[in-house]
Amino acid sequence: MSTLIRAAHLCRYYGSHCAVRDVDFSVARGEVLGFLGPNGAGKTTTMQMLSGNLAPSAGQILINGIDLLDQPGAAKGQLGYLPDNPPVYRELTVQEYLEYCAALHRIPRQARFQAIAKSKRRCALDGVAGRLIGNLSKGFQQRIGIAQAILHNPEIIILDEPTVGLDPIQIREIRALIRELGSEHGIILSTHILPEVQESCSHVQIIDQGRLVLHETIAGLERHMNTASLSIRTRDPFDFQQLSVLPGINSIETITPEHCRVHHDLENNPAEGIAESIIASGAGLLALVPEKKTMEEIFLALTSRYESEKPCA
Amino acid sequence: MRMIFTIASRELKTLFLSPLAWSILGLLQFILAYLFLTQIDAYNALQLRLANVETAPGITDLVVTPLYGSAAIVLLLVTPLLTMRLVSEERRNKTLPLLISAPIANHEILLGKYLGVVALLLIMVLMITIMPLSLLAGGELDFGKLLANILALILVLAAFAAIGLYLSCLASHPTLAAIGSFAFLLLLWILDWTAGLHSEYNEILQYLSMLSHFQNLQTGLIDTRDICYFLLFSATFLLLGIRRLDYERLQK
Repeated sequence: MSTLIRAAHLCRYYGSHCAVRDVDFSVARGEVLGFLGPNGAGKTTTMQMLSGNLAPSAGQILINGIDLLDQPGAAKGQLGYLPDNPPVYRELTVQEYLEYCAALHRIPRQARFQAIAKSKRRCALDGVAGRLIGNLSKGFQQRIGIAQAILHNPEIIILDEPTVGLDPIQIREIRALIRELGSEHGIILSTHILPEVQESCSHVQIIDQGRLVLHETIAGLERHMNTASLSIRTRDPFDFQQLSVLPGINSIETITPEHCRVHHDLENNPAEGIAESIIASGAGLLALVPEKKTMEEIFLALTSRYESEKPCA
Repeated sequence: MRMIFTIASRELKTLFLSPLAWSILGLLQFILAYLFLTQIDAYNALQLRLANVETAPGITDLVVTPLYGSAAIVLLLVTPLLTMRLVSEERRNKTLPLLISAPIANHEILLGKYLGVVALLLIMVLMITIMPLSLLAGGELDFGKLLANILALILVLAAFAAIGLYLSCLASHPTLAAIGSFAFLLLLWILDWTAGLHSEYNEILQYLSMLSHFQNLQTGLIDTRDICYFLLFSATFLLLGIRRLDYERLQK
């Protein structure tokens, strides 16, 4: 797989405030990278640097092997960018606007009509082509912004919070579109909606206070989520500590006499043994549930860990 | 180069999408036509007396030159209104990233916007020029002087537009850009009014003043110094504007 975007040691300072610190990642063709982080974590700053709107204080950005800082013209030709506010001209019609964007991206005149038609179809804009953008809703404007970003069939598509302002049905359509585009392009999208990443991304990256705290595939993230613990409830009080003799159990946390949590090895699931010994004791097994961490918990755990360890100076 | 024209034509079309360009064109024509007619009345009243004077000023001097002079002053008021939204409104509406993330250099963006406004100003000059040309129906014109006046007006408008564009790059709000460029233009225009008071700065002030260069050209004396003044002036502010756009990437 070819690397389409490569960011190395990106830093960005606003005065003495450090917004992005030593961020390092790459995206290959066929990957959809979800950029997660709380508000003010540095997502938009990173996006602006990748799209050439903001110069990094230090570091290098390679777009399809071309240095964005040395050859901005050639590098930007491979990019489609949707900023956090869709950059639409309210006084133009959708068709006029897309024609202007096509011209700006040097799409040859004879190919323009087709490119615009394709982009409009993908973003479901056919019905509003003749209307003034200023009269359309926020959801339409957002889709026009996406249409503009994919118009010139760029290698890399950077979407800053693409589903903001859309209704649930449109969100589903856009996520499907992102997955579809992801098969032949490299996509970076930022969001603070966690399920969005699970649904449309192949890789996830969490940024907090300007620092990358996690870079994982979605499968890796799922592993993070399937932490090895079981929640056990019984009808009558039961001495859970006696379970510790079973193989694979690391620790036992007794919450109430009838409820405990067992941490165990991932490879060696002791659920069967636990069930047998509780049933044999006659305490009455009510529940034996593998616990799943939610994405929110992982997110909070990752972001708060760094907060306590090294505050961003 | 093609990108410059793409942006320029978009800018020109956008100007005509709002009622601003249309109403300015209409009102400008109305005011200048009124001035033009008053000049012709004055000329008619003087005509008999002038006939007896040798080397008397002709109709070109008495009607055309004042017309272009007043056109420059009216456009000094109007140009800031046309240039104010060029960059500052894009920044306000957050549409600037569209241009910046497209494969276009900053100088192409700025020159495109500049040419768009200059094209509108040229349309205005054309509309104004129709008035003196209508005099051909009943008399003769000194075409050399007329052309010198047209050139002077075009050059001065190019300088107005360059300042307006630069201030639009600086300002966060279009109104601020308009006020700023208006104040700046007015100052440069009237700079030599005070020249008599401070004799030591006399020459510098007179050189800096747009009015004296404009009037030199208007007399039909096409001096490269005056032409260079306006060209350098416009180029300086365009360069400053490009620098300003570059700077935006570095600091926010």
